[in-house]
Amino acid sequence: MAVYILRRVIYTIPIAIGVSIVCFLLIHIAPGDPLSAVMPEGASAAIIAQIREAYGFDRPLPVQYLKWLGHVVTGDFGMSITTRRPVLGEVLPAVANTMILASTAVLFGFVTGCVLGIIAGYTAGSLTDRAVTAVAVTGVSIPHYWLGMVLVVIFAVNLGVLPATGMGSGGSGNFALDWASLRSLILPAITLSVIPAGIIARSVRATIAEVRKHEFVQTLYAKGLPGSRVFVHVVKNAMPTVLAIMGLQLAQLLGGSILVETVFAWPGTGFLMNSAIFNRDLPILQGTILTLAMFFIVINLLVDIAQTAFDPRIKRS
Amino acid sequence: MTEAAQKSLVQVEHLKVRFVSRDMDVSVVNDVSFNLERGEALCLLGESGSGKTVTLRSLIRLFPRTARIGGRIHIDGIDVLNLPERRLRQVRGSLVSMIFQEPMTALDPVFTVGEQIAETIVYHEDVSQADAMKRALELMELVQVPSAKRRLNAYPHELSGGLRQRAMIALALACRPKLLLADEPTTALDATVQIQILLLLRELQRELQMATIFVTHDLGVACEVADRIAVMYAGRFVETGTAVDVMTSPSHPYTEGLLHSTVHAGRRGQRLDPIPGSPPDLTDLPAGCAFSPRCTYVQDICLAAPPEFRTRRQDHWVRCVRQPELANSEAPSLANGP
Repeated sequence: MAVYILRRVIYTIPIAIGVSIVCFLLIHIAPGDPLSAVMPEGASAAIIAQIREAYGFDRPLPVQYLKWLGHVVTGDFGMSITTRRPVLGEVLPAVANTMILASTAVLFGFVTGCVLGIIAGYTAGSLTDRAVTAVAVTGVSIPHYWLGMVLVVIFAVNLGVLPATGMGSGGSGNFALDWASLRSLILPAITLSVIPAGIIARSVRATIAEVRKHEFVQTLYAKGLPGSRVFVHVVKNAMPTVLAIMGLQLAQLLGGSILVETVFAWPGTGFLMNSAIFNRDLPILQGTILTLAMFFIVINLLVDIAQTAFDPRIKRS
Repeated sequence: MTEAAQKSLVQVEHLKVRFVSRDMDVSVVNDVSFNLERGEALCLLGESGSGKTVTLRSLIRLFPRTARIGGRIHIDGIDVLNLPERRLRQVRGSLVSMIFQEPMTALDPVFTVGEQIAETIVYHEDVSQADAMKRALELMELVQVPSAKRRLNAYPHELSGGLRQRAMIALALACRPKLLLADEPTTALDATVQIQILLLLRELQRELQMATIFVTHDLGVACEVADRIAVMYAGRFVETGTAVDVMTSPSHPYTEGLLHSTVHAGRRGQRLDPIPGSPPDLTDLPAGCAFSPRCTYVQDICLAAPPEFRTRRQDHWVRCVRQPELANSEAPSLANGP
């Protein structure tokens, strides 16, 4: 087991390096000159060359990359072009805010998705199954920013029971665990949870229905086990597949949603990226994307390891 | 009902099974009756779709919700078909247990063999997990699994086909059943392993005084393990008798056909005669004898109504109108081979 985990951890290193190269190149791939935002209007060729040199853009790309990587590894992501503050200081609070929102959405989405999926999987082919599938497809298909606005109109504007935007009393810096803050979390979390709930409901349904067709389920009933105990077996068999889907959804949610965070003015990574894009603040964009990509890698690693806990056959391959 | 029949371990009377759904209604088992004594081995023989597996599963009501069962089944005095779900679970795996065809798919891949055996014991008998594991080890030794202790902690995919089927048998024997149901227990195995498993099953059956019902389409298996044989066709018993009687003097044209289309040493050098035609469509059975479209001896009377059972000799029954005629001519058989 320890060897397996170590091997998986080692596998992530080349992936992380690849991701960092892509992030680094973003600045060069992005249309327009990365320095256009800092360049004074009508600067002379000499000044342009001077600024290029100051930022290190006159060096060959591999050298630039290694220098950049050296900084990144020590936590130096550079300076934001708009705020002139260190990128890390901007990105970390945004990541924390997104995590609060994402974990709440995960809780809503995974629980709803699993419950619906299990009901549909156990009643595969019935009217209930079709109703659940219809709900799940609708959930996946509805544009979530639209749903967000509709929820705001209903609960904030018309009923006035929940705040429309913002993070509540604590403000963007520190989320307070009081009722006012939690209230402001409800609408964005529900909005964000609808798509993962739909996706998970559908994959749980498919996996459960598939596992229940296996012959060993007949053996379990023939052994005289009650349905509740058979359910434990079915769930353990379904777990690796469902975990993989959940991991992807979780990583996606941690990436923050540009649209939903913008609709609810939630100061997370999505919101940060949105403003960085409009301000052409490439260091912020780069730092955020790199941080989120690392989250993806870590979550995938955790899912891989968790899967082996449920299915002994995975370890061998 | 006679006194003798009341003492039988299993009594099945007029068993009928239909599968009903919105777009179909198929009678899979039509009026099957038989008794099984304690410690006796019965073999249900027939092609796929003849209703043998469904008959077997009826004994523990292991069916999808679309099944409709009629008739009466008593096992050890228990009225199985009218048993509430809770009591039925106590019967399954304890009084009656079952072995499946494909040991790879019939064991849960994500639990160890030992856990799966112990689970049954814990559920049926109020014992601790540790004691159940101890029993599981004894069972693995009983079914002659080498290095049983190590195999107990193995997952099904870590075992060979033969060992898996042995583990499956150990699982079935976990609570000392009085009746063992075996659904083609050797079909998925290599020929050499098949023999080992059959010998093991026969040995265990005698040692533990356990009545057994085998389902197979393999005449060799039937000869090897059965005291009695029941040949099934289109959801009916068409011939029943002791294994020796059915094999040496098959009296239904279908049984005869099965013997003629099987490879065995007694017929070396002769052509195999397959039964002409294909198994019947259960949704569209002929009005008369279901075998009539494939039967070479078919007469007008066969097409009118399904024939009743006729006695060939004591304990040997045949559903065929030609019975009196056949009784006088000695049919070709295994024993009479050149």
